[in-house]
Amino acid sequence: MSGTTSTTRRSVLKGGLGLAGAVAMPAYLRAQGAPIKVGVLQPLTGALAFDGAQGKLGAEAAIKIINDRGGIKSLGGAKIEIISGDARSTPEGGVAEVERMASEGAVAVLGGFASPICLAATQAAARYDMAYIVDVGVSDQITKRGLKNTFRFAPGFGMVTQQALDNLVKVNDAAGKAAKTVVLVHEDGLFGSGLAKLMQAELPKRGFEILDTIPHPSPARDMTNIALQIRSKNPDLVIPSSYYGEFVLLSRTMQQQKIKPKGIYSVLNGAASNFRFVKEFPEAAENVMDCNHWYDPRKEAAVALRKAVEASGKFFTYNTMLNYSIALLLADAIERAASGDRAKIIAALESSTFADHIMPYGPTKFVEGQNTGAAAVNTQVQGGDIKVIFPDSFANAKPVFPVPA
Amino acid sequence: MPALDILAAAVLNGLMTGAIYALIAVGLTLVYGVLHIINFAHGAMLSAAMFAAFLCFQIGIDPYLAIAPLAVAFFGAGYGLQRWLIGPASHGDDRNILLVTLGLSIIIENLLLASFRSDTRTIDVPYGFSSLDLGFTFLPLTRLMGFGVACLVAAMFWLILNWTDLGKAIRAVAREKLGATLVGIDVRHIYAVTFGLGAASVAIAACLLLPIFYVNPRVGNAYVLVAFTIVVLGGMGSVAGAFIGGLLIGVVESLSGMYFGESLGQLGIFLIFIVVLMVRPTGLFGARA
Repeated sequence: MSGTTSTTRRSVLKGGLGLAGAVAMPAYLRAQGAPIKVGVLQPLTGALAFDGAQGKLGAEAAIKIINDRGGIKSLGGAKIEIISGDARSTPEGGVAEVERMASEGAVAVLGGFASPICLAATQAAARYDMAYIVDVGVSDQITKRGLKNTFRFAPGFGMVTQQALDNLVKVNDAAGKAAKTVVLVHEDGLFGSGLAKLMQAELPKRGFEILDTIPHPSPARDMTNIALQIRSKNPDLVIPSSYYGEFVLLSRTMQQQKIKPKGIYSVLNGAASNFRFVKEFPEAAENVMDCNHWYDPRKEAAVALRKAVEASGKFFTYNTMLNYSIALLLADAIERAASGDRAKIIAALESSTFADHIMPYGPTKFVEGQNTGAAAVNTQVQGGDIKVIFPDSFANAKPVFPVPA
Repeated sequence: MPALDILAAAVLNGLMTGAIYALIAVGLTLVYGVLHIINFAHGAMLSAAMFAAFLCFQIGIDPYLAIAPLAVAFFGAGYGLQRWLIGPASHGDDRNILLVTLGLSIIIENLLLASFRSDTRTIDVPYGFSSLDLGFTFLPLTRLMGFGVACLVAAMFWLILNWTDLGKAIRAVAREKLGATLVGIDVRHIYAVTFGLGAASVAIAACLLLPIFYVNPRVGNAYVLVAFTIVVLGGMGSVAGAFIGGLLIGVVESLSGMYFGESLGQLGIFLIFIVVLMVRPTGLFGARA
């Protein structure tokens, strides 16, 4: 079913059948100020359910704000209506939900979270010429397939790693090259292994010696052996790339085994930029550094959102920040397209210079679907809070490195 | 080749982890031995018990102090489930029991998901980072406690089964259901008691796991697959087999993780599994059919 047809009879028929005819007819829609439907796809059940819920929270918060401010003005104040989809933590689940969203008349889709879900869901959306804005999915493959409908607002894997390495050198140089040796610990899936491979290639060029690379499965029931290996190698620096549970186990086990490297520097880590970890294990979390997606603490809207999220008893995580931002980005594109037409929205996204988000990026500029203005941030847990240590322009703390014994 | 001290530490660590595997497997094997069914809800029950222990911790009860009350509560819950739900719903057909426990696992897991969301939570106990200095390694107190209590509970199970009237009745039902009925044993009661004991073992394991692991609605699955393996390895229905098998698997997993890398730690488990089944098809302590 085409979502952009203007054949009146068919559209009327659709409307009469109670299907999604309203969105299929931009002219009709503009006159009525009928709601614009946007798909919010997240893994709400299954292994990634926590992240899914955090992402959905952000998108909902942004759309509520847009609607409260009077909706899409160029469409006569049309409100944005969410079609929520549960990807069930699998690519197939994501595809099924995108199909449903298309048939229900969504004009674009936001989210996806995990790279495998994003890879499949963007492709499904492409069949309907439906814009898809990826929230997190860091795999660089996502934007490298030439799909016109696919946009990623946040930095991908390659960008983040490059930045992580540059900043690591800066931190280390500032400390008089305190760290020379490294042990890499990584989960053995697409994400962790890819990162480890990149690190293995890049770290020696920057003067670090890699003593060992230790992969582990997720879920891992025990991290003691890994801790023992780290202790026997006695590296200056441990660089972990793991999901939340495993990183918590690792840092707790290292603490029990009295292993105190000069620093723990993680990249896109599930825990080091998570307030739950900081709250539940203040001792183990203290001084852990991370290079990850993070909000711009100078922006009022960001601070307000953090307050609102925390007041509702939830944790303010990077998926909330990113989904909030991409929902605003999409609303801006719809506003400029002045249309619910899927192709026009894609065109509006392509030319987007949107800057009113809460991330520490400049104006948005998509090149082949990737926002080239995006950048990751270095954080460090200090005094029970997550502080920004890089970039200097808005850092609210100085790096603590090497960690005092 | 890792140094000798790391190797010793890895073996020790394997024993600590293995004891908890063993405890979970003991519950599973007991239910199998008597009811002749694999309880598919065992993992979900473990998750539920861990959340129960987590809630206890939230209101200020230390996980180790929660062992006794939770064991009793889960015994009661297990008894009730078997007596008034699984038993009646199965109409005496093993396949039905299988499906009912499978359904139960789905219901429990999703109830947990609905009430606690999918967050991964951990607790921080005051003694969480204390460890015993053995010279070549540090032995965390929480793991030592897990090992001690797991051994104690396994010994208690063994005593109950071998030296009490209840144990005799359980063994009688396991061996010959009809005969047991004829001598006046209430088979439905024994079924329920056995299921209750299985649930209690899971509750105890949950209290021991909480200080060393994390909890989320799917956490039980990480342990139950390995427990299934242990049950078959030790001999279906053999409590001693499950215990020794648990320790063995713990050590094998730890060592193979050391040699083949953590990602392939499971490899060792299944290699041993295949070898044992080829040499002794009934498992280490399994009775001959």
